[in-house]
Amino acid sequence: MSVTITVPRDAVALGLGANKVARALFAGAERRGLDVTIKRTGSRGLFWLEPMVEVETPEGRIAYGPVTLKDVDALLDAGLTTGGDHPLRLGKPEEIPFLARQQRLTFHRCGVVDPASVEDYRAHGGYRGLEAALKKDAEGIVAEVRESGLRGRGGAGFPAGIKWNTVMLAKAEQKYVVCNADEGDSGTFADRMMMEGDPFNLIEGMTIAGVATGATRGYIYLRSEYPQAFETLKEAIANGVKAGVLGDNVMGSGKTFHLEVRLGAGAYICGEETSLLESLEGRRGIVRAKPPIPALKGFLGKPTLVNNVMTFTAVPWILEHGAKAYADYGMGRSLGTLPIQLAGNIKHGGLIEMAFGITLREVIEDFGGGTRSGRPVRAVQVGGPLGAYFPDELLDTPLDYEAMAAKKGLVGHGGIVVFDDTVDMAKQARFAFEFCATESCGKCTPCRIGATRGVETMDKVIAGIRPDQNLKLVEDLCEVMTDGSLCAMGGLTPMPVMSAITHFPEDFRRAGDFPVAAE
Amino acid sequence: MPRFEPWSAPRAAGIIAEHTHLEGATLPILHALQETFGYVDAGAVPLIADALNLSRAEVHGCITFYHDFRAHPAGRHTVKLCRAEACQAMGSDKLHADILKRLGTEWHGTTADGSCTVEPVYCLGLCANGPAALVDGEPVAHLTADALEAALTEVRQ
Repeated sequence: MSVTITVPRDAVALGLGANKVARALFAGAERRGLDVTIKRTGSRGLFWLEPMVEVETPEGRIAYGPVTLKDVDALLDAGLTTGGDHPLRLGKPEEIPFLARQQRLTFHRCGVVDPASVEDYRAHGGYRGLEAALKKDAEGIVAEVRESGLRGRGGAGFPAGIKWNTVMLAKAEQKYVVCNADEGDSGTFADRMMMEGDPFNLIEGMTIAGVATGATRGYIYLRSEYPQAFETLKEAIANGVKAGVLGDNVMGSGKTFHLEVRLGAGAYICGEETSLLESLEGRRGIVRAKPPIPALKGFLGKPTLVNNVMTFTAVPWILEHGAKAYADYGMGRSLGTLPIQLAGNIKHGGLIEMAFGITLREVIEDFGGGTRSGRPVRAVQVGGPLGAYFPDELLDTPLDYEAMAAKKGLVGHGGIVVFDDTVDMAKQARFAFEFCATESCGKCTPCRIGATRGVETMDKVIAGIRPDQNLKLVEDLCEVMTDGSLCAMGGLTPMPVMSAITHFPEDFRRAGDFPVAAE
Repeated sequence: MPRFEPWSAPRAAGIIAEHTHLEGATLPILHALQETFGYVDAGAVPLIADALNLSRAEVHGCITFYHDFRAHPAGRHTVKLCRAEACQAMGSDKLHADILKRLGTEWHGTTADGSCTVEPVYCLGLCANGPAALVDGEPVAHLTADALEAALTEVRQ
């Protein structure tokens, strides 16, 4: 009987030598006359333990990690294939506190299944959502999504059911479903992890969306920074077509859904849905003015449903278990679960799927275990490069769209980046402007010119040149960008800048100790 | 062994023809050209414009908008270093200064021996294990200057 050993092929695991570990495990087992099968999976998202190797035993899976090349022989000698004892033995992965405490609705298969296998996906409960959807009419599917309270997980938090309903009601010979997989926010990797670890969850979610809205073609617009996800998606889609879950007759239902993955080309702005559509059409990724909204005039001018990876991947669970079961998670108007990504200077970074309402402090302290450097936490940026920097006093804020907005922050795509006390917040504020200047599409003046002026003015502040007047100017500039920008890129860049100035004023006055020459 | 083929207009025309049936074919074409030749030669602009019924200005505008597309041949290997906040929190700024100094080049520059081009990227999704890099598309987590050197030695073999 062959023993199955799983080794992740998630990009983090690969970046920490997983391929070498997989090869060494196979060769080492062969030398010892052990019959093993190496199964490549995604990651469970316990990234400080990667590469985390799991072996299937009669009692269930037993995990070991982080496994490096030099541990392989000792592990095999310790009886890895039978779940033997070793200092790297972690026990059952589901019982590791970091994972045991989570509420995994969307990510429960990630790191468990072979990402390219339709059979494995179905063996772990896959396609039950689509089966349930196919028993309903379009209105019935959209009603489930609406009643679940699901809001777009890409950042804007717009109610998904309303978007789905608009596309469903639109009349056109051709409609599209487009997945925004341009996950560009620093500190976020949930989309990447899902696409590398459980791509059929996304494929199923998009197929349900196609059936509900009457769209027969779908595109996944993927950022080029994710080459591993690109390969996995292409493999999964090809296997899906072979298995009849994609194509002209989806699961024998007579419904058509064709899916293709497209690569972006290194432009943060293409995460904005109208820029994304321009890019998908083959043009510069320049923001379109709304209206018309993409739900009515989107890809190639046709009604198009654009949702994020995390939005689509929440849908199969909702259809399988019902809207109410999903809405029972969360708080206020933020219902269901949020895939939180804990990153930066953090001891135990990774993916934490929890109902909305957990506080930042619980995430950072209970799950994260503090900083990797061992120094005190000083600033936490939530929601990507356009999200606010929070000081310690604000860490008791719950992750909830409205609660974060009340503290002048945002949930965004759920990324949390931790900085220790060596961080220079004036430098971070300058970087926010620099990033906006680099990535602005250039269509509107507040963003295009404002960001560059912001960098120049922050340079003066940092050099101690009239810090008070120049900070006043920064504030003024931020107001113009907030009120006058065409999209969230320019409109939200003031958020990291102003939060840094508000919460960490001491970092903006340090050079001010020098007397400025009298004028 | 050079990784890329030398620029050839007929070869480019063939690659373009393979993609013209796609809806919004420009980006897939540009990616395919860059994968083959290592960059997008200016000679490709009229070919794409003809094939897709676009103006040359539209094609040129598209190429120059995206950070990925290069107008000139790059080194034999590409190193993408993440400069975004999560990596900054793990000291990427100082690390990058060290790396660029060791390689004797600047951002977007190529080492004197032509072996590698260094490009900045903003986020590789390896944010819990920064600083991070991609070496010829292969991820490197917990990056150090020595680890990068080892990764480069490996791909050069």
